[in-house]
Amino acid sequence: MAEAVDLRVVGTTPVRPDGVDKVTGRAQFGADLNMPNMLHGRILRSPHAHARIKRVDLSKALAMQGVYAAVSGADFPMLASGEVSGEAGGDLADIARNVMARDKALYHGHAVAAVAATSLEVAEQALDAIEVDYEVLPPVLDVLEAMAADATLLDEQCFTKGLSETPDKPSNIAAMVKLARGDLEAGFAAADVVVEGEYRIPMAHQGYIEPHACTATVNEEGKATVWCCTQGHFDFRTMTAHILGCKIADLKFIASEIGGGFGGKTVVYLEPVAVMLSKKAGRPVKLVMTREEVFRATGPTSGSVVRVKVGARKDGRITAAKAWLAYEAGGLAGAPVGPGVMSIFAPYDLDNFLVEGYEVLVNKPKVAAYRAPGAPQSMHAMEVALDDIARQLDMDPLDLRLRNAADEGTQAPYGPKFPPIGFKACIEAAKKHPNYLAQVPEGAGRGVAAGFWFNIGMQSSAEVRINEDGSVVVMEGNPDIGGSRASMCLMAAETLGVPYEQVKTYVGDTESTGYCMVTGGSRTTFATGMAVVRACEDIIAECKARAAATWGVDKDQVEWQDGTAVPAPGVNADVNPLSLADLAASASATGGPILGKASLNAQGAGASFSINFADLKVDKETGAVEVLSYTAIQDAGKAIHPAYVEGQMQGGAAQGIGWALNEEYIYDQDGVMENAGFLDYRMPVASDLPMIDTEIVEVPNPSHPYGVRGVGETPIVAPLGVAANAVRDAIGIRINDLPMSPPRILAALDAA
Amino acid sequence: MGEFAYVAPTSVADALDVLREHANNGRRAQMLAGGTDLLVQMRGLDKAPRTIVDVKKIEEANRLDIGSDEIYIGAAIPSAALNENAALKALLPGLIEAADLIGSTQIQGRATLGGNLCNASPAADTTPAMIVNRGVCVIASGGGNRELPVEAFCTGVGVNALADGEFLLGLKFPHPAARTGDAYLRFIPRTEMDIAVAGCGVSVTLDADGRCVDAAVGIGAVAPTPLKVEAAAEALIGTKVDDDALAAAGAACTAAASPITDKRGTVEYRRKVVAVLCRRTGAIARDRALGAS
Ligand SMILES: Cc1cc2nc3c(=O)[nH]c(=O)nc-3n(C[C@H](O)[C@H](O)[C@H](O)COP(=O)(O)OP(=O)(O)OC[C@H]3O[C@@H](n4cnc5c(N)ncnc54)[C@H](O)[C@@H]3O)c2cc1C
Repeated sequence: MAEAVDLRVVGTTPVRPDGVDKVTGRAQFGADLNMPNMLHGRILRSPHAHARIKRVDLSKALAMQGVYAAVSGADFPMLASGEVSGEAGGDLADIARNVMARDKALYHGHAVAAVAATSLEVAEQALDAIEVDYEVLPPVLDVLEAMAADATLLDEQCFTKGLSETPDKPSNIAAMVKLARGDLEAGFAAADVVVEGEYRIPMAHQGYIEPHACTATVNEEGKATVWCCTQGHFDFRTMTAHILGCKIADLKFIASEIGGGFGGKTVVYLEPVAVMLSKKAGRPVKLVMTREEVFRATGPTSGSVVRVKVGARKDGRITAAKAWLAYEAGGLAGAPVGPGVMSIFAPYDLDNFLVEGYEVLVNKPKVAAYRAPGAPQSMHAMEVALDDIARQLDMDPLDLRLRNAADEGTQAPYGPKFPPIGFKACIEAAKKHPNYLAQVPEGAGRGVAAGFWFNIGMQSSAEVRINEDGSVVVMEGNPDIGGSRASMCLMAAETLGVPYEQVKTYVGDTESTGYCMVTGGSRTTFATGMAVVRACEDIIAECKARAAATWGVDKDQVEWQDGTAVPAPGVNADVNPLSLADLAASASATGGPILGKASLNAQGAGASFSINFADLKVDKETGAVEVLSYTAIQDAGKAIHPAYVEGQMQGGAAQGIGWALNEEYIYDQDGVMENAGFLDYRMPVASDLPMIDTEIVEVPNPSHPYGVRGVGETPIVAPLGVAANAVRDAIGIRINDLPMSPPRILAALDAA
Repeated sequence: MGEFAYVAPTSVADALDVLREHANNGRRAQMLAGGTDLLVQMRGLDKAPRTIVDVKKIEEANRLDIGSDEIYIGAAIPSAALNENAALKALLPGLIEAADLIGSTQIQGRATLGGNLCNASPAADTTPAMIVNRGVCVIASGGGNRELPVEAFCTGVGVNALADGEFLLGLKFPHPAARTGDAYLRFIPRTEMDIAVAGCGVSVTLDADGRCVDAAVGIGAVAPTPLKVEAAAEALIGTKVDDDALAAAGAACTAAASPITDKRGTVEYRRKVVAVLCRRTGAIARDRALGAS
């Protein structure tokens, strides 16, 4: 790790390379590609939350003027179960059934058929001409009712995974996850205070502004090219190949610019359908979702019921903690209950705990990853419980957390011992922060909570090419959702010793760069960044070799300094240093174009911890909450581009506050979402929030050349608990369920 | 978006001709002002074909007169133009603040009072504010113009009192008496870009002693149509619009409300909040009236 070295460009905040095209409207997003002869596709969606599909007849739609292709579940192969790694949505067979329903429609909005026609209008008329016979079944909408022994089943083949013995009867419980340590009973017996609660949170959507969109064209040889907005075009290619039963080599995926993903664009919805339609039609096909489709059929994250019980001694030391989680998966398995279980107690050093989590099928959209998938729901409950303990003990909530904080060497609840982590550093920073030292404004309440995310590494590739003039091109394969091209340029410039402006980073398509796993798990700056640094080191080695050959000295007699090959100290050679530009200019004589590459499976992604606190004011006559100030403090390991790290922290805080205060999926009794639009799915608008203050803590991650930890997901975790605890402080009443919308707060005030 | 034809008549007579001709042939014609409701509806659920009749080229729909007896606001004038008119803002601050709540700067460049009213949403923000300012609709009709008080214009959710072949030409308001103040507040869970969960407009006229001699209260989003609440006005008249009077007026609003529970709020919540808004709005209107004296 380059900790001791003075960094020149890492840690500065230049303007992102994609900025100008984005603010001038030149950037190409998912829906921007148009091709000659292109057809417009539309998807027919189930009007029922739960129904058996008896028959789909496409013939009348196909007979219509201007309709070129129509498909339904029968056109797609049935897949056997096979895992997809990482955050990308679970079992491929389930993803395939989500892309196009087969025997059953599992939620209102589930794709049942699709058409491609000369215009959107014709395509919509064709949807009306498709005949579907449904046998309507009772919808299962409540997670606890879904778990009951006599509940209507979504899937007769669902036998709970993760139990010591496979159950003999099917149920809606797709999986169970459990972690335990120590002696719970003894732990609670040793406690001076014990708090307990049940907390419910409805489904929430990622709320990316850009709807899913793709265009596919399949040629006469069966080779397909797909343009789409995605967090990972390589993984989209793999998923599409499996779902269609074709070869990976027959598919080329090109990622557009992306208007937000937050985890929701790590899984395919449209791409296999567009390829299938294009193949049948012999023309390019574009599919773009409406906002309503985005709400009804993509995302969201799990709604949850979490029960937690925590005991502590008078000095604040936690003696035992127990939790029970039930997470909605939606109509198909894939809920983040595993990470929910693993994260709930992660910030704390606990001797005795038990946590059990259940993943439950309900007739709602199949959940997708959303920033720190599973952690906000479970950690909200724990952070609220800790707040209750701090109140009972009359202890500062930061001191309570410091008393129990995990540190280097602490055994994480999910197994490994933590390497150096920054949780204590975040708490200490919060204690000293001027916003924390300031008085809580009259009539307001303050809330504190911790956040955490594991972060991942995994596979990445990068190539670095030196142009004839010595300028540098970095090629990698991670769609840039948060300024990662700027960070790659910074790390490349730092490693090579050249100015930031000399480097350009491009996100290559699946045929122009090596595999990179999705931009997710907060992995890109860590893992792909590491690949970029290694590729730059490859360039340096190559440049040193060429300089050595030019000078007639040994390779190890050359050093690389500030972007220039120089003779090592003590080497007796009367030569001129060779810059990258010099070496590029003479490349034809020294072995051809200069190229560096690296591929790796990055290990040691460092967990990122946070402390957030806020002052909120409640209008006691209307229940409206005003956020007076919000402070996010987080360990970034090393902030490569501090402004974009702050952007992640602020964006996560904004999303988490929205989730805590107003966002929710509202269903009627038939399982129809009632608020499938931004008017009534109430994400915060800019004027709802104050400037989110940030403080970046840097406890370097020893596994990364510059000390990076992922920072993209942790920011959304703490705000739920922060808001709950601040409202509690402001009104003197604990509201267990989210969102704390004005009607819910007013009802609580009236009941008190 | 559904199929449509577009016409932009330049006179009331031409506009009425187009409407009559469509009515006679059983074809659908629909007026367009700013389009901020209409275009959204045409892209959404209502894709049936129609002829769009633009009101914006008609002179009488673009007139804004501030007379000593009467204020006339043409149906085609966008909120932004009203907001920038200092004289109007000084006379009817509550109405203008209601118009200023609609959407964003961009939306207000198009959105009109007439469109807000004709769309007949229970939650339309300017309707209660127009009601309390004793607004009167000027309706272009085959037999000449006819007039109707604003509170009688909306007849149900999305339905108004216009007969086939009629359209709204403009809105008239009596010039406010001395020591009159109006105000409008709505409740939304966010700070902007949202739809009223409840809304309340109040206008009060005070005598030299600060005693209320005339009042009007209008509420929105708590019944199928915006309502004029006479009982609330009566609770204010004869008082100094003090806390007790405002509480009584608020209670009258709660009593008049017949809200529903939906994704935006519960019955109980709306009944409570409309009273809170009435108290707060009434206090602002009173202070404005006092400031004006
Ligand atoms: C983003 C956004 C935010 C919004 N926020 C708000 C808000 O906060 N509060 C609120 O109340 N509204 C809001 N609206 C709704 C809308 O902007 C208002 O209702 C606006 O005042 C409508 O005026 P318009 O001129 O655009 O009407 P149009 O869309 O042109 O017309 C609306 C309806 O009235 C009819 N109509 C229009 N003019 C006439 C006429 N002269 N004669 C007969 N019929 C006519 C049309 O046929 C149509 O049915 C919002 C809309 C958007 C898109």
